[in-house]
Amino acid sequence: MSYTLNVNGKALSADVDGDTPLLWTLRDALGIRGPKFGCGVAACGACTVHVDGQPQRSCQLPTSAVGAAKISTIEGMAAHPIGKKVQAAWMELDVAQCGYCQPGQIMSATALLAKNPKPTDADIDKAMAGNLCRCATYTRIRAAIKRASGQKEA
Amino acid sequence: MTFQATGASRREILASVTAAGLTLNFAIAAKAGAQAAGVGALNAFVRVAPDGVVTIMSKNPEIGQGILTSLPMMIAEELDVDWKNVRIEQAPNDPKLYGRQFAGGSLSTPMNWDELRRVGAVARLMLVQAAAQAWNCAPGDCSTEPGNVVHKSGKKRSYGSLALACANIPAPDPKTVTLKDPKAYRIIGKATPQYDTVKIVTGQPLFGIDVKRPGMLYATYAKAPVFGAKVASADLDAAKAVKGVKKAFLVEGTTNLTGLMPGVAVVGDTWWAAKKGRDKAAITWAEHPTGKQSSKAFNARAKELAAGPPQRTARNDGDVEAALKASAKTVEAAYSYPFLHHAPLEPMNTTAEFKDGKLEIWSPTQNPEPGRQLCAQVMKIKPEDITVHMVRCGGGFGRRLSNDYMVEAAWIARETGAPVKLLWTREDDIQHGVYRPAGYHFFRGGVDDKGNLSAWHDHFVTFGEGTAPAGSAGMSATEFPSRFVPNFKMDVSMMPLGVPTGPLRAPGSNALAFVHQSFIDELAHAAGADPLAFQITLLGDQPAVGQAPSVYNAARMVGVLKAVGEMSGWGKTKLPAGEGMGVACYYSHQGYFAEVCHVAVSAAGDVKIKKMWVAADVGRQIVNPHGAMNQVQGAALEGLSHALHQQITIADGHVEQSNFFDYPLLRINEAPPVEVKFVMTDYPPTGLGEPALPPAIPALTNAIFAASGKRVRSLPITKAMLKA
Ligand code: FES
Ligand code: FES
Repeated sequence: MSYTLNVNGKALSADVDGDTPLLWTLRDALGIRGPKFGCGVAACGACTVHVDGQPQRSCQLPTSAVGAAKISTIEGMAAHPIGKKVQAAWMELDVAQCGYCQPGQIMSATALLAKNPKPTDADIDKAMAGNLCRCATYTRIRAAIKRASGQKEA
Repeated sequence: MTFQATGASRREILASVTAAGLTLNFAIAAKAGAQAAGVGALNAFVRVAPDGVVTIMSKNPEIGQGILTSLPMMIAEELDVDWKNVRIEQAPNDPKLYGRQFAGGSLSTPMNWDELRRVGAVARLMLVQAAAQAWNCAPGDCSTEPGNVVHKSGKKRSYGSLALACANIPAPDPKTVTLKDPKAYRIIGKATPQYDTVKIVTGQPLFGIDVKRPGMLYATYAKAPVFGAKVASADLDAAKAVKGVKKAFLVEGTTNLTGLMPGVAVVGDTWWAAKKGRDKAAITWAEHPTGKQSSKAFNARAKELAAGPPQRTARNDGDVEAALKASAKTVEAAYSYPFLHHAPLEPMNTTAEFKDGKLEIWSPTQNPEPGRQLCAQVMKIKPEDITVHMVRCGGGFGRRLSNDYMVEAAWIARETGAPVKLLWTREDDIQHGVYRPAGYHFFRGGVDDKGNLSAWHDHFVTFGEGTAPAGSAGMSATEFPSRFVPNFKMDVSMMPLGVPTGPLRAPGSNALAFVHQSFIDELAHAAGADPLAFQITLLGDQPAVGQAPSVYNAARMVGVLKAVGEMSGWGKTKLPAGEGMGVACYYSHQGYFAEVCHVAVSAAGDVKIKKMWVAADVGRQIVNPHGAMNQVQGAALEGLSHALHQQITIADGHVEQSNFFDYPLLRINEAPPVEVKFVMTDYPPTGLGEPALPPAIPALTNAIFAASGKRVRSLPITKAMLKA
């Protein structure tokens, strides 16, 4: 069946089964490969996208349930006022090791700062604990969030 | 690193460090084929365009260790160019030109440090000669500044304008070129962001999983939970009935547990369709001889073996029994650690295309050439007809030294007759790993009346057959503290294993550091000594013991122990009840590391890690401080993750865990700050991907003892172990 999705401000059509998780519709049908597959069970956060501004695990969201919601992916963050700042902080601190988790980290961090412009360490822990980094770049993730929010990096 | 999984031992690889020099002459003589207009190829590593943009090939796979950036830094430094004008490309897999191309053993830096600087220096000299010819002067009248040759009169020629002329200039012998004085470095030693940073942060396709080919289909591959068991039955029609599924077929496979195992392939027009088809295939599996093995049975058998006479004695110095009898204090302790899985965040995948008898592969692999050979052997095609492209890996940690997923993709692509991307599920990944082997150590130790470690006996129970340990399940007879304890005995017994095992980041060391450094800490407490002072006394004042490649430089270890003591305020910090600090040190991958951990342990048995300090000695030069810091912090945190969370258990022949909810990894809320200091010593620079990991684990368990009086003797740490 054909679904028209609003992704990063563009209307895009995909012919997939309705139960196909949004992650696979984005990656395999639409070629939007920023969101990553890590677990398929909402346990790693690599697939995080924004659905109407809220961070969501796209591996858990059936394509049929997306409807008219606005989907943003890492590819859309350069045009997002906060996402842009988060990306800049990530580049300045060169957060990544392998980099595979980082699109998901940036999506979660952007959603955090949109809600809470000056998060404390505890706020960061809470918002980011769903995003695994197997390379354990956590020290720099924390520092980059602090930098993007204009706070002192501990 | 032991390379049982791939056939090459660490020693062989170290030997190829010297052999690499031979290859270098090929690389330097090679003027890579057709180039874009005006681009001069100086050798197999360096091309210079007319506008001065320099393209440098990075020879080894990038797995997150930063090598894509740091190897070209070595070339660029000696070539004398501006880093901002450097573009980096992943070199093709071509061992004739580039020597061994792999990511393992923290060996990329030590194996390439000298060679790659010479590659850059040779290219620079050729540019100087081209300029001298153009100016009709002696090369000695010319020098360089970044991107230009400069004549003593002050006139300049850009590298871009000289590169083509280099085609006629014979390359000087790399052994004779003079390398820069490190004081003059402009690139090496400067914090340099990863070359791919922008692409990573903006989500551009970069990884194996992102590869796309025209007409590409997507595959899943189901294998038996019991390693190597064959398919008994499968409903392929049910799989094919799923919308989008194009093919479903059986693969006979081989008995190689790190090669092509038997299974069922399902191919679809999206990966989700293929996976749905697989779920419908109702596969049943044949019985297999290893279908009864279990962790419980291994544990029981280890105890039995430890109670009996050892199968073999690997080392016997002095007289352990007499020394134990004469000891003022003795300690007996049984330690164990579980199987572990690597779980790189990017699941195993490979894209393959078979056309006109030629196989082309895009694979996130740490070890491309053995993968090519494996495909050739299994598929009965000539290695020359196979091309393997190295693609950025979403983590490796040793898992991608085995190329099982590569040969699966190649097989499925040929069978399908279209380009195919094979992608494993996370469950496939966790249940079909190449695991860090479990192990057991039964210790007796003694300290004499002066408080010195006088006797050490370890009965090591491990896996293997005959005298050959399973992959990464061995222990060297030179393992510390051998050679530092006068009465030292190492016994070994082995039991057979039907689980594939192999190197996980700091193989061997990641387990041995825990047991040895914890038991040393036990003996320090038995002696009533400060644990850090006890370690320094044990190391003594001999500068180094042993012959290459088993040298242990005690003075370097004392150096990092003293440094970490200072950094952490060891012995000077007054801690509240329920908190403690632990110290551990470990030598691996040619690096000397000492670490201190500060923890709080609650009465309920909860552990909060407050801080880690790491002092590291990897020689005289850190190539890229930015990446180096990230590697050390990540490796230390990985150690904590092993200790706190990770274990693979076997029951009924299969792995019981399946995803991150039952194989948890460290998360941000558990990650303490990690303070790192590099202690500079006058030794050649060595690698950083691994050696920070091993001592993190015993630093933590020793800190837990200091905080709570509870001695952790098996991993992972549980709340029940620590409950007051
Ligand atoms: S892939 Fe969606 S949370 Fe892991
Ligand atoms: S950078 Fe590798 S998983 Fe986060």
